[in-house]
Amino acid sequence: MSGQTAFDKLWAAHAISTDADGSTLLLIDRVFLHERTGAVALESLATAGRPILAPEQAFCTMDHIVDTTLGRSDDTRMPSGGEFIRATRKAALAAGIRLFDLDDPLQGIVHVISPELGIALPGLTVVCPDSHTCTQGALGALAFGIGSSEAEHALATRCLRLQKPRNMRVAFHGALAPGVSAKDMILHLISQHGADGGRGHVVEFSGTAVQNLGMEGRMTLCNMAVEFGAFSGLVAPDDTTIKYVQGRPYAPRGPAWETAVAAWRHLRSDDDAAFDQQIDIDAGSIAPTITWGTSPQHAVAIDQPVPDPASEQDPARTSAMQRALTYMGLTPGTDLRGLPIDAAFIGSCTNSRLSDLRSAAEVLQGRRVAPGVRAICVPGSMSVKRAAEAEGLDTVFRAAGFEWREAGCSMCFFAGGESMGYRERVVSTTNRNFESRQGPETRTHLASPATVAASAVLGRLGAAAEVLRA
Amino acid sequence: MTPFTVHTGVAAPLLRENVDTDAIIPSREMRTTGKSGLAPGLFAGWRYQDQSTRTPNPDFILNRPEYHDCSILLAGSNFGCGSSREHAVWALKEFGIRCIIAPSFGAIFANNCVRNGLLPLPLPAQEIAELADRVAQDPQHHRLQIDLKSATLTMAGECSRPISVDSTTRRMLLEGLDAIGLTLQSTDSVQAFITEDRRQRPWAYIAHDSNR
Ligand code: SF4
Repeated sequence: MSGQTAFDKLWAAHAISTDADGSTLLLIDRVFLHERTGAVALESLATAGRPILAPEQAFCTMDHIVDTTLGRSDDTRMPSGGEFIRATRKAALAAGIRLFDLDDPLQGIVHVISPELGIALPGLTVVCPDSHTCTQGALGALAFGIGSSEAEHALATRCLRLQKPRNMRVAFHGALAPGVSAKDMILHLISQHGADGGRGHVVEFSGTAVQNLGMEGRMTLCNMAVEFGAFSGLVAPDDTTIKYVQGRPYAPRGPAWETAVAAWRHLRSDDDAAFDQQIDIDAGSIAPTITWGTSPQHAVAIDQPVPDPASEQDPARTSAMQRALTYMGLTPGTDLRGLPIDAAFIGSCTNSRLSDLRSAAEVLQGRRVAPGVRAICVPGSMSVKRAAEAEGLDTVFRAAGFEWREAGCSMCFFAGGESMGYRERVVSTTNRNFESRQGPETRTHLASPATVAASAVLGRLGAAAEVLRA
Repeated sequence: MTPFTVHTGVAAPLLRENVDTDAIIPSREMRTTGKSGLAPGLFAGWRYQDQSTRTPNPDFILNRPEYHDCSILLAGSNFGCGSSREHAVWALKEFGIRCIIAPSFGAIFANNCVRNGLLPLPLPAQEIAELADRVAQDPQHHRLQIDLKSATLTMAGECSRPISVDSTTRRMLLEGLDAIGLTLQSTDSVQAFITEDRRQRPWAYIAHDSNR
């Protein structure tokens, strides 16, 4: 018999019972809610008279709808946003779960604060009614997004019923070239294997290039596992993980810490573990990557021309590409590096942590955003914001002409409030370039923090090397 | 929950791949904390020519008179990818959609469908394209019938073909089961598991009195 993968081990440790048809009752260790989808779940449970079984293991944050401007209040730019905020606060209070409210010094984007506070840990199952919950798999947790009904299910029963996903390994061999980051790795993967390349699988990211990433880079990688269509992504815990977790507010301490570390050491795939699918990538071959279309799979190395739909075999794909080109206002063969931009956005659960801000600041240091470009930086959490300010990053961003905001999802998505402009071209560190995601018919190009910072300076799409060389 | 047993209805082809939940229900259409009032926002970005006045886009498939009363969508691969918002399913349901046929689905979306009594039915892309062609000839008469009991799909006046739906989904839908209620029946075994698990993984449990 072959060995087990890290995911197999996680699954086995949480499987309460499995029916003949493979449907498994799985123990859920943490539930995180946010004000966008949280109130509806909590209210619906309350209406049904179903109590929350373990309120001490449930958490809630305000991140999606809150404004990120200084002096923000319950009354948001998004019409009716205040209704969501007040309803969530009321419901969280009534349910007795810890809420990271607007004015909480620990407030921030759920997938940033959960690891930051040690709420997500290696070896846990973590769910949230939010598709980017897979971000937290970076810790070696089984973390996945669910709908509101399933959030109710997990809160009321501490369980979910699931069919076991399959195992996939994506190995990034060797070292990354200088200036290439986790964001480029994941965009590259999706561009090569499609937005549903990971369908039905839990993807374990491994290989030297992944081992060499810090925890924050691993979070960026796992963040977009869902854009790869995967059930979730994870990185097996190692010394980097354990060092990261130690001492965080909700992390175990004392004897429990020792037991935990011992358990986490076993949470790696056995040498003879069998994966249903394996993808091998030479990390050294990855260049700074950017999207040109309206799906994360529409990505190319930034020095490559916009692809021609005619070169695509699959008719569905060809027509999607044509649609995307029209939407983005592009023609095949165009050099992306010549495209003027209207705005640059640094933030979101993909790239808003300290290391992301540092990498952008490195490019911005002593430089200015090009005239006519609106540039915004939104730290992922208030803790990230304070840490960045402590090392003077805010000064770099401000001096360059960036807005420096309070923590939240901000313009990662358009909910009717603040947004990027009509048909504006935006270069963004976020994870979705869907039609109208960042504003009415806004044209989004996804890229790494370094590429976004460089493009802001250049006033057009461009890689950091172009700026640093100058 | 409304059970899904046999459903017959007008099918509309929307064969784009990667139709995401932002497209199904844009964020700006999710105005209240509830689950209702979402149908007018369904596919809003495509369905209306002018968002503010809600002037219908006559070209959009669901606005065309021949697809009036459509309750089945024929879709492209990876339908419902993206955001986990269950509002996408609530909007589809309120609009009257009962079944979506696609080569593949976003995983969270498919699960949300089942929790709300909608059937996400996987079929090979080729078969969907053929169905779409036949439907387009006369949508109101070339209706589709999905019989979950006998696991068959039939186009009006033609012979049936078998469909494959995993047994848990099938049971949940046929019986209109409430997933939470079902799990609560296993409370004893869950409690026993947790008691043992607490011994094995004390570090996984946050103390009641922790005040962090
Ligand atoms: S930052 Fe964007 S992708 Fe991440 S949780 Fe917020 S809205 Fe979703």
